[in-house]
Amino acid sequence: MTNADPWQTAEIAGPKKAAVITKPAMVNTVILRAEHPLLLIGHCAATIDIGERKLVDYLLDLARAQNIPVIATGHVNRALRERGYTSATILPAVEAGHRIADPGWKGPDGKGRCDLALIAGLPYPMAWTLLSGLKHFAPRTRTITLDNTYQPNANWSFGNISVKDWQESLEAIAAPAKTGRLTDV
Amino acid sequence: MLLLTEKKIAVTIKELDSGLGHIRDLSITIGKLSAADWAEPEGPTPYPTPATLRSWDRKLLSRYQPFYMPFCDLCCLCTYGKCDLTGTKKGACGITMPAQQARTVLLATCIGAATHTSHARELVTYAIKKAGRDCPINPGGNAIGVEAPVIRLVCGEKPGTLADLETVLDYCESQITSLLAVTHTGQEGDPLDFESKVLHAGMIDQVGMEVADLAQISALGYPKADPDAPLAALGMGTVDTTKPVILVIGHNVPPSVAIIDYLALENLSDQVEVTGICCTSIDASRYSPRAKIIGPMSWQLRYIRSGIPDVIVVDEQCIRTDALGEAQAVHTPFIATSEKNCLGLPDRTHDPADAIVADLAGGRQAGVLILDPEKAGEVAVRVARAVMPARKKACTALDLSAIRELASDCTQCRLCRRACPNDLAIPQAMKAAGAGDLSRLAGLYETCVGCGRCEQACTKEIPVHSLIVAAAAERTKNERFVIRTGRGAIQDIEIRNVGGPIVLGEIPGVVAFVGCANFANGGKEVAEMSVEFAKRRYIVCTSGCAAMSIGMYRDEEGKTPYEQFPGSFTAGGIVNVGSCVANAHIAGATIKIASIFARRNLRGNYAEIADYVHNRVGAVGVAWGAMSQKAAAIASGFWRLGIPVVVGPHGTKYRRMLLGRADHEADWYVHDQRTGEDVYAGPAPEHLFVAAETKEEAMVLVAKLCMRPNDTSRGRAMKLTHYIDLYQRNHGTMPDDIPPYIRTTADIPVTLKGEILKILAQSDWKERPIPDPTLLAHDMPAHRRSADPP
Repeated sequence: MTNADPWQTAEIAGPKKAAVITKPAMVNTVILRAEHPLLLIGHCAATIDIGERKLVDYLLDLARAQNIPVIATGHVNRALRERGYTSATILPAVEAGHRIADPGWKGPDGKGRCDLALIAGLPYPMAWTLLSGLKHFAPRTRTITLDNTYQPNANWSFGNISVKDWQESLEAIAAPAKTGRLTDV
Repeated sequence: MLLLTEKKIAVTIKELDSGLGHIRDLSITIGKLSAADWAEPEGPTPYPTPATLRSWDRKLLSRYQPFYMPFCDLCCLCTYGKCDLTGTKKGACGITMPAQQARTVLLATCIGAATHTSHARELVTYAIKKAGRDCPINPGGNAIGVEAPVIRLVCGEKPGTLADLETVLDYCESQITSLLAVTHTGQEGDPLDFESKVLHAGMIDQVGMEVADLAQISALGYPKADPDAPLAALGMGTVDTTKPVILVIGHNVPPSVAIIDYLALENLSDQVEVTGICCTSIDASRYSPRAKIIGPMSWQLRYIRSGIPDVIVVDEQCIRTDALGEAQAVHTPFIATSEKNCLGLPDRTHDPADAIVADLAGGRQAGVLILDPEKAGEVAVRVARAVMPARKKACTALDLSAIRELASDCTQCRLCRRACPNDLAIPQAMKAAGAGDLSRLAGLYETCVGCGRCEQACTKEIPVHSLIVAAAAERTKNERFVIRTGRGAIQDIEIRNVGGPIVLGEIPGVVAFVGCANFANGGKEVAEMSVEFAKRRYIVCTSGCAAMSIGMYRDEEGKTPYEQFPGSFTAGGIVNVGSCVANAHIAGATIKIASIFARRNLRGNYAEIADYVHNRVGAVGVAWGAMSQKAAAIASGFWRLGIPVVVGPHGTKYRRMLLGRADHEADWYVHDQRTGEDVYAGPAPEHLFVAAETKEEAMVLVAKLCMRPNDTSRGRAMKLTHYIDLYQRNHGTMPDDIPPYIRTTADIPVTLKGEILKILAQSDWKERPIPDPTLLAHDMPAHRRSADPP
């Protein structure tokens, strides 16, 4: 298995494949350049252990640090609220994808078309198909998956990395921003 | 009088003087019985062809737009290809990615519709052979007046006998052929026209399913719309392994019937166990409640490998294609019985039963093909009895030391996990098992779908699935449940009793749990959801593998849902209609509400009735583990009736959703038949096809999707109560989409009045009328509508 093999062996997409995130700074750069990013958090984020914390904790750190609107899918919103995050938009993942692909949609905060979707915590096959939909039908939206398994349909994805490497990367990505995004939300 | 419609000529002469003489009361029918005794006027679309209902489809598809999620970026269907269709690229034939996805969905639904229709053809032929061409269609005796709601609606026919069903099947077969032709290179190019044909395939599928179940109910003496259909044993633990055991797998019941008949004929019924997997077992239990249901498709590997079956008989559909090899590994003789599934076996159809029995029992042949159900039945029984003593239930089950030894070979390469559809933590469980702790391995049993891909991936050739099953051996032994046998259709009186409360919204909804067993988190979730909605006084329907999964869980008192809830089509009932093909009765119930309760004409009147169902009948399908092309076709049939379907997370692999946009107000206007005005009715139902990520999300969606524009204030308040309660429980907050569902303040649930009034005050909500809703008013002059809605 190489870093750029789909985590589920048979989930081979096509010619256009995600670039592997080799340094967290890559993600930070893309986020900083985005005008209207959003973070889609799936229900698995509430149960996946990363060190002493859950994936959802790192993702909320990122959302708060970079002031990124959150879409909560599945039933993850309860976990967000338990952590004091009460402003998520609750949508099924496919409904979120459908809206992101609509050039007329102004995002969960109504401020503008989503140009960057960060996705994590969905079941792998569901993220795979959702990212496929965005790859083909949301050409103006870049996608990054923050799970530790390679998702070929994203624009950028981690490879299949260890939890330790994942933790270090998420901590770096979620660290308080030294500078705000180019266009503050 | 001369009636001349498709494939039939009926001539009736009351009295005629001619050169030949005086003729009185002469009736000649060519092709099939005419429906001359059916006073209902014919609607506009009997026997619709692929484009007949295009206008209705377009209405649905403009509101519920496809969101495509390609499962592959390429098209490899012709030798121009492979073509890369990424993004806006076109293929060599000019096809775009959206059209290619819709085309693939059409292919899948054609496969599904063809499978059900072919199955129906086999059953009708079999039923006619068994009961005669004039055997009356009888799904429920006097309790059923509308005997074939789907056929009446689609074909404009009122079938009276088994022979009439042949003509209906002629129609289905011609439509499926046309639809399949649409997928050829260089035919259709527009995604929405492909999608319209998907809906057509789904509608045809429902006709085929109805034919199939009507034929077998009528000819085989199944329960006839009986809410108190008997309970049957369910689960591996119910099998008496001291007896010879026959396993039937598939969907087409005639071989199972022959086995049961032969046992009865030879007075052996209590000496041989007849067990089954998948829908053929459900139908066998409808024929004889002595037949035992082992479980859904995902039980095949574990049950065959257990060695319990002494002979395996397969018919068609959803049978593991390596079942023969698995049977050979445990020395279980194997009998294939369908032309669709010959498995390379020698055709022994015309050989004497004695010779076949001798060859199978003597081990000279591992398996045979017998295309005669009666002969297959006799051979199966005789072989099971002959081999049982010598086989001694030979199995590949593992003991504890073998589990540990094999698990310790694991290299932790993780290929098993990467092959697992449910991403189960197999490597971690193997590591623990190697160290002597089997609990993690046993814990995987519940969520394992039994596909065996882990074993294919393992470079050390560890039989991973067998290890999981062996570690959970105690659980397997305790699989002792009951299931209510499939009752078939819904009685007219039941429809009369609940039609009003459903249409007015006072029964909060009809929820149908259907389809396969590819559950992301195990069948338990299906059982939990069904119990939740039954407790909330929804009408819960079920069929097929989902019906089995519902039966496999018990409450604190040890009762299965079938023992906790009645089997009647009433608030709080859990209604098992039967096997896959019995799904037609669920669609049929919604159609019958329009006919029996609202007195709408069904005959060839599809768009009007679908419009009625869509706007008034709060029904939702849940195919939580949908896996197959048949499931795709079944869902498509519900979509054309305007009934939403929710699938589990794996359902995104069907590669497109049909999603409404609640935030696009203009999409949710209906015509108010009372005033002629266009009225905002809110996003009800919001989606036509949507995948939920979790059981919790699915339940919230189901409650929301049961809302309909026609709900009375009392009904809407009740539906909102359930929606908000489930939403708060699962999302921890109030829904943010309450205002669109409140037409007047009378819609607000009493217990939430203060809170919701505040929400409304903070929004731009305005009171609006409750419409008498239709999407068709502009197209359908008043004289076309058969009755004013109640």
